[in-house]
Order: sequence, then structure tokens, then C-alpha cells
Amino acid sequence: MEIVEKKNKNIGYEPILDGIPNWPVYQLSKNRKEFLDEVTQKSIIRIKELRPTRKQLIDELEATVYREQNRLKRNKWRVDPPDESEFWSSIKNDLVELSSKGEAGTTKKEDEILKRITERYANEIAGSFKPSSYKFARGVIKFGFRRLLNGARIKKFGGFFRSKYALRDKIHIVGKVKMLRKLAKKGTVVMVPTHFSNLDSVLIGWVIHSLGLPAFLYGAGLNLFNIKIIAYFMNSLGAYKVDRRKKNLPYLETLKMYSNIALQKGAHSLFFPGGTRSRSGAIETRLRLGLLSTSIEAQRNLYLDNPEQGAEVRKIFVVPVTLNYHFVLEAPDLIEDYLHVKGQDRYFPEQDNYGSMQLLKFMFKFFTKGSNISVSIGPCLDVMGNYVDNEGNSLDAQGRIIDTRDYFVSNGKVGVDLQREDEYTRMLGNKIVKEYHRINRAFASHLVAFVAFEMWMRKFPKLDLFSILRLPEEDLEIEYQEFKETFKRVRKEIYRLKDENKINFATHFKGKADEVIKHGLDNVGTFHLKRPLLKNKKGNIITHDLTVLYYYHNRMTGYDLEKFI
Amino acid sequence: MTLRNLSDKPVGVIGAGNFGSAIANILSYQTKVLLYARDAKVVQHIQEKRENRGHVFNEQVTATNDMAYLASQCDILFPIVPSAHFREMMMNLSPYLHPYHIMIHGTKGFDIKLPEGETLETMKLLSREQVKTMSEVIKEESVVVRVGCLAGPNLSKELAQRQPSATVVASPFQEVIQIGKKLLRNDRFQVYGNNDLVGVEMAGVLKNIIAIASGALSGLGHGENAKGLLISRGAVEMIYLGRALGGNTKAFLGLAGIGDLVTTCNSPMSRNFTVGYRLAKGETLDQILGDMHEVAEGVNTIKIVKKCADYYKVRAPITDRLYKVLFEGMTVPEALEHLMRYPLDVDIDFIED
Repeated sequence: MEIVEKKNKNIGYEPILDGIPNWPVYQLSKNRKEFLDEVTQKSIIRIKELRPTRKQLIDELEATVYREQNRLKRNKWRVDPPDESEFWSSIKNDLVELSSKGEAGTTKKEDEILKRITERYANEIAGSFKPSSYKFARGVIKFGFRRLLNGARIKKFGGFFRSKYALRDKIHIVGKVKMLRKLAKKGTVVMVPTHFSNLDSVLIGWVIHSLGLPAFLYGAGLNLFNIKIIAYFMNSLGAYKVDRRKKNLPYLETLKMYSNIALQKGAHSLFFPGGTRSRSGAIETRLRLGLLSTSIEAQRNLYLDNPEQGAEVRKIFVVPVTLNYHFVLEAPDLIEDYLHVKGQDRYFPEQDNYGSMQLLKFMFKFFTKGSNISVSIGPCLDVMGNYVDNEGNSLDAQGRIIDTRDYFVSNGKVGVDLQREDEYTRMLGNKIVKEYHRINRAFASHLVAFVAFEMWMRKFPKLDLFSILRLPEEDLEIEYQEFKETFKRVRKEIYRLKDENKINFATHFKGKADEVIKHGLDNVGTFHLKRPLLKNKKGNIITHDLTVLYYYHNRMTGYDLEKFI
Repeated sequence: MTLRNLSDKPVGVIGAGNFGSAIANILSYQTKVLLYARDAKVVQHIQEKRENRGHVFNEQVTATNDMAYLASQCDILFPIVPSAHFREMMMNLSPYLHPYHIMIHGTKGFDIKLPEGETLETMKLLSREQVKTMSEVIKEESVVVRVGCLAGPNLSKELAQRQPSATVVASPFQEVIQIGKKLLRNDRFQVYGNNDLVGVEMAGVLKNIIAIASGALSGLGHGENAKGLLISRGAVEMIYLGRALGGNTKAFLGLAGIGDLVTTCNSPMSRNFTVGYRLAKGETLDQILGDMHEVAEGVNTIKIVKKCADYYKVRAPITDRLYKVLFEGMTVPEALEHLMRYPLDVDIDFIED
């Protein structure tokens, strides 16, 4: 008997704002020029605050040019504009000229160089949201997915043109949807999902649309734009580009300023605070704080603009989201990367082995075979990580209302203290990680992977992780009964954790252990070349790919379940 | 920056014990002080006599026992109450606190939160789930986030005599450190900053263990060589424990670590030292505690830390032996003999590169 996921209750949501012209994202892109000018100007001010003397600024610019030219030499991508090397050479020449002239007569030349750089960055980062292509892309996603789904599911001729199955039968959205919809009207939402797969970006775009929310401003890794098909969707969905190769100060400050100002203007935003796909397969535990800090800064600026106590100020709400897959297309490569780094601390350039074709193939597999995805929407938090009520009021642990403004108040006045806000960002990051674990919806496939891998670890207590991964797969076999007992024990602990509100699980997770294990085995990393976990003829548990098994196992780490093995 | 007009509002001190009174006194050189005491009689005593436990107050200090009033008048609070009552105090104060409040506590001890039906005796192991520092209690029980602590060699009696002394203000917030410096510093009192709040709190608590050991050595009649040995090995043990419990090495090398450790191990007046001294003279723990008026924090600390060390698998030979002496009937000479034979010969192995 197959265990069926409970029918999804979400029947679809009405849009919360009726016309696209009302969407903040649209407003931003309509006034693109003014917006980018503002970003450039304010970034320059910030950078000059951080590098107050002329010498410091010139040093910073020289370092930037050096790094950029290095990047062009070492790690060039398809998306890089063709005039890159020209641009940086000319900047370099100007800098050389500047230093040869010395102090006199060169006033403000460095400012001009800085302006050219930030302007370029701002333009590069900026997305452009066009209603027509948004609608088109949305249509394609919807239509395409549905056709695929129905064509695949209904075997009869003509099934391709029926609409019996909708995407939402495959993708389960659970959690605080109502609250999110309500607060997206009252304030500005910053959605921060976990990041496992390149598919996440498309998926979350669909989720946002199907919840009836206006398009979000979207910080997507520039590497995604290397894949043409994704690049098309990204561009049309209003994504802005985050280039992780660029670590120089002018770039980072411009990027943050972009997000900051957009938030202040009320554009709902989305970024992956893990920064990059989770290499180990575990839920992120360390977040990149850079972009996260912009939500705190933007909120503070909104209070600064309305200094009087009790003034109506648009609040920013942070919404953690976890995505759960039985199967992650890139798992084998991700875990390789992870082990590489963990093993010998070596830098590796990021590369994507998946072009448009692979992605389409995966999509087809995904829809033809049963592999569900679950999206859990966390409760809205204020920028300090406090829970909020349905009206958007921040609440303390005892349920009393807190005025978020007070966090920025010193000596009775709202003020700017960047060091304080750094610390706040760290606190917010910790809170988001905690929420990820709490709203995470465990799948049977994750648990079977976890139990099997931990049992093998237990069998070889003297070996470290790397030696275990090198064991020949033929030597590894777990007797089914033993596996089942352990599985039940760990599952019981997960039930207990759920009662303590520390984790969640999918509906297929409960029921007879044999069936849940079967569901798990059938789904864990199903489409990989080599199956990470399966039963042999004797009915015992074996693996064909221990490394990938380790990847799926990692999904359940962080709950202290190891001691129940 | 924002500190210019700090003097408009009084600064609050919660707890009119020995150290609380000393801090109120130091603060009163810079600002108006509201001193909260739970006991109305103490408040009355202070208001009438301008004195408490040997600390003479100037006119800047006002006593109160109204928490709501205290929180509404002061943005900056120094809670200095025994660790056993700290959480309860925070629960009472919490409804009146806002995120703009800043709290710098001066309590050296752990808070223990046990599962229903368990006692400290029944728990075999303790983890950081159950063991909290005071700054963590503040954050758990209230909306205050800008939290710091005071630690260092601050014997109240010497502070009362205005002898030269210093303290560390630890907080992840630069703002809190600056305020602490501004408020506490005077020509007899130096203030240092540290951003490892938990590390500094740990140093302040863990040194109580070594203080008992120091008393024990003294009780056996041993001299300065032994004390030097104890202090340096004690510091190493504190660092290992402190790191397991969430602090960094650096905090232990500063004023709150080594500084406080040397002071405590050399002050025969302290309660922890006395416990060790009398143990070495052959008395049992019950006898000693029977005629002591106040709790020696160190006894409780050893009980807690031993169980944490077992949980986190940290090597803590001194704590371990003292636990055996206090609760399992080992004698002090036996414990010392064991330690002298302990097979560990690396002097320093906690600093990398």
C-alpha cells in the first residue's frame, strides 16, 4: 500500500494587490534610473565613511582593481559583460595616473573613480522587472508544469491537454500562509529560505505567486544566470544579481545599499541567507550576515525618518522558509565539494554541471515519478527575531507587545550604531537558524538515510568520516529488523521533539514503520545514477553510494538524534 | 556621543548586598543612583543612615523598593543579586523593561533550570540546556538585549576603602562597554572592556572552584610554590571548562580570569577559601556549612561544573577531586596526592600557534 500525502488544502489564493502597477517591485523598476542614482550616491557616502582618508580610499580602490583583474584572469563566467577587462584597465590607468601625480592638483579624482565603479556595480546588480515578461514567464511556468504533470500522470492519449493535476498537488505549502498574506499588506516582507538546489529559485518564485503575493525582489546568485533558461525566468521575475566572486568593499556596500533602499521603499525581498546552496545537505547553521543586516538597517532608517514616538512606521517582517526535497539533483556534486573543502581546506571555483537540458530532464522525471516537495512557511518575525501577532505587533516571550523602535533607542532617541546592529544581525541570524530547524518538515527519506548512515558510523567507531566514506559499499549491510528497531526509536524521539515544537514532519511520516521505511527507501535520492539506499534480495539495507547517502543523512543533523542510534 | 547627557536620568542598582552597595557607591561619583533593595527595612535604613554594610553613601544615592519606578526612571541598570535569586528577580522586573534598557550585571554564579521532578542531586549530567549564565537569564526573561557584566578582582571591602582596583565590563555591544566605562571609572577604579561576555562570566564563576582548592592547600600548611602551581594549573583547567561552556580563551587571561583568580586565591577572608581551609583541617562539608551564614558559591559551582565536565567530556582534574572531597568522602591529602601524580606534563596547550 502506498502512503499518500494528505491532500493539500491550499486551493489557491487571490492576489493581495490587484494590479501589477501597484506592486513595489514594479514601482522600483519604473523609476529605475532615479533608484539606481540613489543607490550609487548613498553607497559612495557609506564607502567614504568606512574609508575616511584619501589614502585609505585609494588603497581600497587599488585593491578592488587588483581583485577584479585577478577574477577576470582566473574565473570568468559567461554572464560577465564583454567590456569588463576594458573597464578595469581604464580604471587602473586612472589610478596609476593619480598616484604618480601625488597629492597636489588631483583633488576629487578618486571620488570620480569611485563613482564610476559603484555606478557600474549598481547597474550590474539591478534587476529589471517588466510586467509583460513577468506575465509571460509566469504563464510558461504554470502552463508548462501543468502540461508536463498531466501528460505524465494520465496515461490516456490527450492527457497532455487536461488539467486534472495542478502543481500544488506536488508541492505542499504548509505553515503560516494566512499571516504572511496579511502582513505583506501591512509591511514589507523579507523572505529567507533554506537553499539546497538551483531549483529553489524557480520553486520559491512559483510559491510566492501561488500565495497571491506580488513579485518579490530577488537576490539570486549570478552563477544562476549562466544557465540561460533560468536566467530568462530570473530576469523576468525581477531578480537582482549577487556575484559571490566579488568580495571587494565597493561591491559589497553597493549590493547592501541596493537591498537596503529597496526595503525602505517597501519592496518585498527574498534572499538565501545561507549565501550558497548547502554543500553538506544540512540545514544552514551559519548565515551570511551581509544582506541580512540590510533589513535591520532599513528598519532603523524608517524609524529615523519618523522620529516621533508612536508614529506610524512601515514594519519589516522576516519570514524563514524551509524547502524539503526527497531528491536534490546536484547532491553528488555538492557533497563532493563539501568533502573536498572539509578534507583539505582547498579553494575550488564554483561550477555548475547542469545546463538547461539537464534541468528539463530533471523536471520531467520529477513530474512523472512521485517525488513531492514541501515548502514550510515560518511565522513572521520582526527584524530582531521576535514573533509578531496577526497585526504585526512584536511580542516578547510572555506575549507582551514590544515596540521594535526601542531596540534602536539610546538615551531616548533613535540613533545609528553600526556595531550594535552587527550584533543584532548575528542575533537575527541565530533566530532564523532556530526557526529553520523548528519548521523543517522531516521526510521519511531523510530519516532512513540518517539512521542507516549513523548505524554504519556506529559499527566502525575507530574510523573517522573520511575512512568510513572510503569503505567498499559491498561490505555494508544492515539487517532489516535491526534497522527497523533503530528507525522506530529515532522516530519516537522526533515525535517527542515535535511535541516540544522543535521540528515538524510530513504526513507520510506517521504510520506503520514498515511502510514509512518503504516510502523512505523508495524516495531517498531516487533519480541518482546510483541509489544511496535500498534493500537487497535478502531484504537487508544496503547502499550503492555512501557519499550521497551521507548528504541526505545530513538533513537530520542538528537535532541531537545521534544518541538514539 | 550619546553619553553627554547621561546624568539626567539616574542609574539603577538592583540588590543592596555588599557588592551592590559598593557599585552604587562607585556610580554615585558620576551620576544619580537609584538603589533597589527588596527589603523595605533596608531601604529605610539607607535613607536614614546614608550607609549600608559599611558603605557610606553620598546624597546622589536614593534607595527604593519599587521595581516599576526603578525601571521607569532608569535606562541603565546594574543587577547585583545572588545567582539563586537572579531569575526570580528578572521575572518580577521583566514587565517593566523595554528594549532600550541596558543591563550590566555583577553576579558571579550559574542559574540552573532542571526538568520537572529532578534535583541537582538526581541529575547525573548537566548541559548548557540547564546551566545558564546571568546574561542569558536576562535575555531569556526579558526583552533586554543590550547586556553586559562586571567581573574582576573586586573585594567589596577594599572597594569601600577606595583602594585602587579595576574591573572588566564585558559585552558584545561596544555601546554597553562605553557606558560602563563612563559610569564606573574614577581615579581609584580602572575599567577595561571585553567583548566575550560569556567567557568573562565563566571566568568569574569558575575561579571559585580554584579558590576552594587554594584554601585547602593553605589548610594543609603548604606554601607559595604550591600556590603558584595551583593557580597556573587552575587557570588551565578554567580555560578548558570555559571553552566547553561557550567562552574564548582570551577572557581567562585578563582581569576577570587570572586577575580575579590571584586575588581570590590569596584572600583568606573569602567564603570559598574558608571552606577549603576547613576541609583540609579535617572538617566535613556539613559541619562547615552548618556554621556559615552565607552560601559559598564555590560549593555549588563544583557540583554543577563536575556534571558539565562529564557531559562535555572535559578533563578537569582539580574540579573532579574537589567533588570527591566535598561529596564522596575523599580526604584533602588523598586528593592532592592524586593530582600530583596526574599524568599530564604539557605546561600550556591551549594557545594555538
